[in-house]
Amino acid sequence: MNTKKPLVSINNVVKHFDISGGLLDQLSFKGGKIRYEKTTVKAVNDISLFVNRGETLSVVGESGCGKSTLARVIMGLYPPNSGQVLYDGQRIDNLSHNQWLPFRKKMQMIFQDPYASLNPRKTVRQTLEEPLRFHNPRLTSTQVNDKIAEVVEQVGVDPVWITRYPHEFSGGQRQRISIARGLILDPEFIVADEPVSALDVSIQAQILNLLMELAEKRNLTYLFITHDLSVVNHISTRVAVLYLGTLCELACAHDLFCEPRHPYTRALISAIPKVGEKKAKHIRLKGEVPTPVFLPRGCVFHGRCVYANDRCTREVPELMELSNGGFVACHAVEENRSME
Amino acid sequence: MKKKLQKFKESYFLYSFKRDKVAMTSFIVLVLFLIIALTAPWISPMDPYDDHNIDIMNSEIPPMWMDGGSSEFILGTDNMGRDMLSTMFYGLRTSIIIGLGAVSLQAVLGVVLGLTAGYMGAKTDAILMRIADIQFSFPYLMVAIFIGAMFQVVFGVGLYEQLAVPLLVIIIGVSNWPMFARTIRASVMGEKHKEYVEAARVIGLPRLTIMFRHVLPNSLTSVMVIFTIQVGSAVQSEAALSFLGLGMPVTRPSLGSLIRAGQEYIFSGSWWITIFPGLLLVIFVLVISLLGDWLRDVLNPKLYKG
Amino acid sequence: MSHLLEVRDLEVKFALRSGDITAIDGIDFTLDQGERLGIVGESGAGKSVTGFSIINLISKPGFISRGSIYFEGNKISDYSDSQMRTIRGNRISMIFQDPMMTLNPVFTIGFQMIETLRAHKKISKSDARAIALEKLKKVQIPSPEERLDQYPHELSGGMRQRIIIAISLLVNPAIIIADEPTTALDVTIQAEIMDLLQQLCETEKMGLILITHDLGVVSQVTEKIAVMYAGKIIEFGPTDQVVHSPVHPYTTGLIGSIPGSTAPGEKLLQIPGMMPTLSNIPEGCAFNPRCDLCEPICTRKTPPLEKKQNGTMAACHIKD
Repeated sequence: MNTKKPLVSINNVVKHFDISGGLLDQLSFKGGKIRYEKTTVKAVNDISLFVNRGETLSVVGESGCGKSTLARVIMGLYPPNSGQVLYDGQRIDNLSHNQWLPFRKKMQMIFQDPYASLNPRKTVRQTLEEPLRFHNPRLTSTQVNDKIAEVVEQVGVDPVWITRYPHEFSGGQRQRISIARGLILDPEFIVADEPVSALDVSIQAQILNLLMELAEKRNLTYLFITHDLSVVNHISTRVAVLYLGTLCELACAHDLFCEPRHPYTRALISAIPKVGEKKAKHIRLKGEVPTPVFLPRGCVFHGRCVYANDRCTREVPELMELSNGGFVACHAVEENRSME
Repeated sequence: MKKKLQKFKESYFLYSFKRDKVAMTSFIVLVLFLIIALTAPWISPMDPYDDHNIDIMNSEIPPMWMDGGSSEFILGTDNMGRDMLSTMFYGLRTSIIIGLGAVSLQAVLGVVLGLTAGYMGAKTDAILMRIADIQFSFPYLMVAIFIGAMFQVVFGVGLYEQLAVPLLVIIIGVSNWPMFARTIRASVMGEKHKEYVEAARVIGLPRLTIMFRHVLPNSLTSVMVIFTIQVGSAVQSEAALSFLGLGMPVTRPSLGSLIRAGQEYIFSGSWWITIFPGLLLVIFVLVISLLGDWLRDVLNPKLYKG
Repeated sequence: MSHLLEVRDLEVKFALRSGDITAIDGIDFTLDQGERLGIVGESGAGKSVTGFSIINLISKPGFISRGSIYFEGNKISDYSDSQMRTIRGNRISMIFQDPMMTLNPVFTIGFQMIETLRAHKKISKSDARAIALEKLKKVQIPSPEERLDQYPHELSGGMRQRIIIAISLLVNPAIIIADEPTTALDVTIQAEIMDLLQQLCETEKMGLILITHDLGVVSQVTEKIAVMYAGKIIEFGPTDQVVHSPVHPYTTGLIGSIPGSTAPGEKLLQIPGMMPTLSNIPEGCAFNPRCDLCEPICTRKTPPLEKKQNGTMAACHIKD
């Protein structure tokens, strides 16, 4: 697919969660027979994508589409049910805790909720010191202090404040500290899980600017998880659109916003509220989002798609490459059905 | 340190404490009791453990303000001729030692097992919690009778009298740990999905470090409340056991064994032998419950209004 | 008194143990029949408190310390609790971010709608059910008959919000106050709910007060916008003017911080610092520490809200 070697690639990753509880809950009585049934949430279904070195790949989708699960599978927080995660050509999804450690220094994560992502009982200094000392036990105190001062400065927090506890900071400041924790090990790849969605608009702009600035300075690669399409358009190189745990479309940001192909992407983009633009007619989807417990047969989007036909209800569309280098998984696009 | 003191002075904790008269009074009474328990050997008029001080001729002397009372024995004497006040001081001391010891044991067991169950989840959780259920369904009295009887048969009554305190600590401690385990488990299960725990995992910290250094400190608030309330209930359990003759021997009485010793004499008119220790026990348990209630209200973030 | 709703010099304070703090510091605005007003601001600006104070539902340590609110010519800020109840949920409805704040999880949708109707009007159960059904159709809920017998937890977030809107329509309100009604919803659903609200305002001649942090949403739905900062309205005017030619540097900054207002990959315009906490509002113009155009007067004198050349009212010392 690509001549450059991607930094991170995931192949056919599947992640299902068992939510059926204890043994007794799994037994059900139907049609005169006792049956043993597990209820699983199909969070991620057979997703493959890659992240190139130095780019920002955004993963977008609405709540419950599996984007956060995907991020956590990549970071090794959840083991995938099947499929592979590769970092720089090495498989990392099946490593033991100790084998993971060298990758932990290269891959870090920034979280959504600045109020939950910092341990309330640790000072900023302790929060930053812990990963540093854990991964580099031989550092002297001066080296540790210098490193903390450097990173704290870079994210725009006054070094005087590092002896304080998280509750003494505002949401934006906490997010900066959380970013500092992500950077303290000098990673090259960062998964950012909705890093600005809990923040106010003016603070959100500050953090987005900071993230872009850091990417440039430190040559970072981002996997950016978000539901906010205007943020996506602003910062991404390429965008992957997820719906119900399935990849619908993957394209470079400009193409995706100017010329969305998948019916779902088109609806999403038409629904972005834009300041000062009188409302353009947005594309209305029919029906309701199905639960990821009972996935529809065929294309997962067929129940809400106005272009769906019989084939969509039977056959799962394959991801196909387009002339502009993007990918889309849709029978309607493949068959060139009219979409006006 | 100075800064911490300053912070404490401005805290909501102290503020609400100062405004709550009940909590304040309870706290003062509790501190008074603790001081008495701690200094019993020095402040008691006599040493009730020392046979030389005991004169059977002095038995059943009423309190000093009654007919036949003596200023030597302010609250009178018991059936063995011991000074009631001194015996109660020593009894309170024994009760508190057993109470605190048993609850500490409960807390250690409960916290470690509850943390493990809550953090590990799945099978570990299921197994530990079923053990807790089984433990809960055994009345501690049964356990106490069983262990106490076994011990007396195997090692003899003499050794039992010597080792009664640690034995009671273990009996009451072991039979009540599920209380702590369940509470800790519930708050650990709430904590462990928070993003700071995920962040610690992303850093690659070992599981035990995450459990004890990140999750545990954030789950301990609820333990403070149960700890207080459990001390009250452990003292009560001890009293009940002693009252049934399964606890402290009469020669080294706790509040419970004093009440038991005295109740035979109620009908012969010597009510003070049982009523005074009984009152002390009631007041002690009451102040602990009141303090526990107050602590729960203060620490409950839902009720917290700044 | 020609306006449907008139808020005059409203001041709301919260009594804390460290003393009173001012959450809303003297705001004025009006709303006419069928008009749609947006109140925009970041968290802590006082926009939700404004909404609550109109229907006198400010939670405990808070109280209206000055000013008055007129609704249909009556001074409702003086109303007793029982008088207020004839207006709240009847003539003025409120929609919250979390629909479950209003829906009772143990009763069916139909039961709750019928109860609401019968609390305000004397009608039979079957008539009430018919009205409920009609309102559900009005908010474009698919298979409304079925919904009546469902419990709130069986519905999705977007559907619940529609139900809430249907419930508020039961009594033909003159004003709907919607406090972040779509913040918890996905974009596609958000667009639908906003469409619905706008449409209803037009067909039912209802006034709408839309409280939100999202300038994008507000600018598409409302006719007037009030921008709030630290408890004050700092810019107020017709949506087009506020969005396209804002006067106040905060409004300008807020619009510039929205991703999409600059070319992709470029730096966003950013307002330095953050909103002051209510207990710590700076002297003079509350925005002065964050303002690029700050002059000596800004740190001394609070600018009044006054007419500017672009057609909006703004509270700023800069000349236009």
